[in-house]
Amino acid sequence: MSPLGQGSGPGPAGPSSPSSRSHRPAGPSSRSGPAGPSNSSGPAAGPGPVLLRGGRLVDPAGGHDATADVLVRGGAVAAVGTGLEAGDAELVDCDGLVVSPGFVDLHVHLREPGREDAETIETGSRAAALGGYTAVCPMPNTDPVADNAGVVEMVAARGREVGLVDVFPVGAVTLGQRGGELAELGTMAHSAARVDCFSDDGRPIRDARLLRLALEYAQAFDAVIADHAEDPSLTDGAQMHEGEVSAILGLQGWPAAAEEMVVARDLLLAELTGGRLHLCHLSTAGSVALVRAAKARGVLVTAEAAPHHFTLTDEAARCFDPVYKVNPPLRSKADVEAIRDGLADGTIDAIATDHAPHAREDKEVEWATAPPGMLGLETALALTITELVEPGYLRLGQAVERLTAGPARCRRLPGHGGPVVPGSPANLTVFDPTAAWTVAAPALASRARNTPYHGRQVRGRVVHTLLRGTFTVRGGKAGW
Amino acid sequence: MKKHLLSAADLDSGDITRILDTAAHLAKVTDRAIKKVPTLRGRTVCNLFFEDSTRTRISFELAAKRLSADVINFTAKGSSVSKGESLKDTAITLEAMGVDAIVIRHGASGAPWRLAEWVDAVVINAGDGTHEHPTQALLDLYTMRQRFPTLAGLRVAIVGDVLHSRVARSNVLALGTMGAEVTLVAPPTLLPARVETWGAGISYDLDAVLPKQDVVMLLRMQLERQRAGFFPSLREYARLYGLDARRLEAMPEHAIVMHPGPMNRGVEIAADVADSIERSVIADQVANGISVRMALLYLLLGGPAVGDPPVPAVVEGAAL
Repeated sequence: MSPLGQGSGPGPAGPSSPSSRSHRPAGPSSRSGPAGPSNSSGPAAGPGPVLLRGGRLVDPAGGHDATADVLVRGGAVAAVGTGLEAGDAELVDCDGLVVSPGFVDLHVHLREPGREDAETIETGSRAAALGGYTAVCPMPNTDPVADNAGVVEMVAARGREVGLVDVFPVGAVTLGQRGGELAELGTMAHSAARVDCFSDDGRPIRDARLLRLALEYAQAFDAVIADHAEDPSLTDGAQMHEGEVSAILGLQGWPAAAEEMVVARDLLLAELTGGRLHLCHLSTAGSVALVRAAKARGVLVTAEAAPHHFTLTDEAARCFDPVYKVNPPLRSKADVEAIRDGLADGTIDAIATDHAPHAREDKEVEWATAPPGMLGLETALALTITELVEPGYLRLGQAVERLTAGPARCRRLPGHGGPVVPGSPANLTVFDPTAAWTVAAPALASRARNTPYHGRQVRGRVVHTLLRGTFTVRGGKAGW
Repeated sequence: MKKHLLSAADLDSGDITRILDTAAHLAKVTDRAIKKVPTLRGRTVCNLFFEDSTRTRISFELAAKRLSADVINFTAKGSSVSKGESLKDTAITLEAMGVDAIVIRHGASGAPWRLAEWVDAVVINAGDGTHEHPTQALLDLYTMRQRFPTLAGLRVAIVGDVLHSRVARSNVLALGTMGAEVTLVAPPTLLPARVETWGAGISYDLDAVLPKQDVVMLLRMQLERQRAGFFPSLREYARLYGLDARRLEAMPEHAIVMHPGPMNRGVEIAADVADSIERSVIADQVANGISVRMALLYLLLGGPAVGDPPVPAVVEGAAL
């Protein structure tokens, strides 16, 4: 696979290099969103002023959880307070609703370039907006792999063109995600896409020395290395969590230890190098315990967990429908409890969906033949409320933190995750925390249909999403 | 009984007894000069085999033919499957052709469950991956019942590669349902995770187990397991877990030896044990397979309700 794409794809000088971005920025931390502060290419031409009135403003980064009006003007928050006058602003009644910073998803697969039949940056962005997201971080396991400036710039540029959500591409750590040579991390970091997070997600970084070097090298541009923790020598051919269910079903097991030993290794290397480590999709009780202990001794590490890992267990595999096949696999009930506890005490910083669309024909096969992965963007809020808040594991404020400030902190994404204060970009989500609805796969905006929650009764629904003051979702519908 | 036979767990003890009783009745057909009854005339059975298994396919084919069903053999090689057709499309095609039952053998665990979602026809699992092989368990139970008055309390050792064995999984389930006492004997590397939850005894020591058994069932050991490092060599495996004449002596005199076939002589079973006329029932298992599969096809394709006579009167030469 050519690092510059397949000829027909956009090359390094593709649609992403207008003159305004052709010079290098001062550094990754100086940016204010992938579109830059002057972006106005959203779905509507220049948002009008809006007053979100009477909602419960839950803004963990700003330490705010009380009823407040939020006035949005010129794409930014203009005022926060009670009894604000609408003036010329459009009045949006938020009584009974929660107003929060826009959600941030550290882990999605948008399948473009390469598998546009499963998802595109456009359909994935729409799904994200409907899920309440204003920022998503697509993983580099596309075709071609996002291991060079050309591909990451194309993804970022396409995200800007669509304009429904800020797209912060993740670059590959190694060329072709093959685990051999380092990709040009610096070139991607200094590209127009300003990549500040690298991962070989879908695969672990097998070689300990290579991970060590990546953790060291990435410090030059203050980037994060996000690892998919899996020891492949223990998971070759594995189909599901190793345990009682896999044994009965005759499906080869993926033992928890295969994740935990790599988590332990990664934590030791983060400690050794002082590099910024992020751990993708933690799924086991042992992983949570390892990260908890590492954080207690001051290791620079952040971690995420996916909604399916705090909602579903390996029991779901009994029907052999590969809609429940995912990597890392659905685990035991005890693991689910540990993930919930880890999210509650902050060991796990972020809820990240690992949104993984797959074409219908790829999932309508035998279990062992199907690729792993499930949709997540449009159901994350509802599962967070239904599985974490309503049963009492997390307070609503904590849950919002894990969807907003927590993930934004892992990558230091500016302009996202709050605080909601005058002058900050108006990236906001308004949701009804009590609205009951039933997940229906055909109603999803994602191009794919592989949700494991079809028919499931949930509570919590996104009503409005605003990206820099523009409604990307209004009244639960995309298209503005 | 449920509509399909996917797992041995789908059958309660009443179902199993009914299948075995029906099989005993239908076995009489096989004993006659003209081995055919008209029971399933006009019904179509498709043998859908994605793995080579001549003996199981032939057994199902003979069972269906002796009941006068039309039989189609659809094997992966030389069919549209080898050209990349999906299981779902194959299922839709067979359904459109109006088959009444599909007997499926597939290398992927769970494939019969997928198939059952896509077709209205009755689905019979003839072995899926490393998961289950319920008709093998039924014929094994039938064979045991020929030799012993009851399955309840019967002591059965299943020896070998339990981890990868669909025969072991289905037998543990069916024997458990009938109240037999199963002991799994294998090196620890070839026992599944949490096997202690299966309700069977566990042992790594064949010699300690043999004197207490009524039945010793040996599983086929595949060379590829050694290559994958589950044990050091076939020679060592044979020394620790192979049934030879010396070990046969250690078994109670009434105890029988079973094997689902095909055998690796000299590995899990010594040639003189396999050929022992007094102790080995391996040939009986093959013969009984046809009767048991006849019973299943008969019961699943519109047999009478519980309480009715198990089969219509046999009319000599009726199928001619």
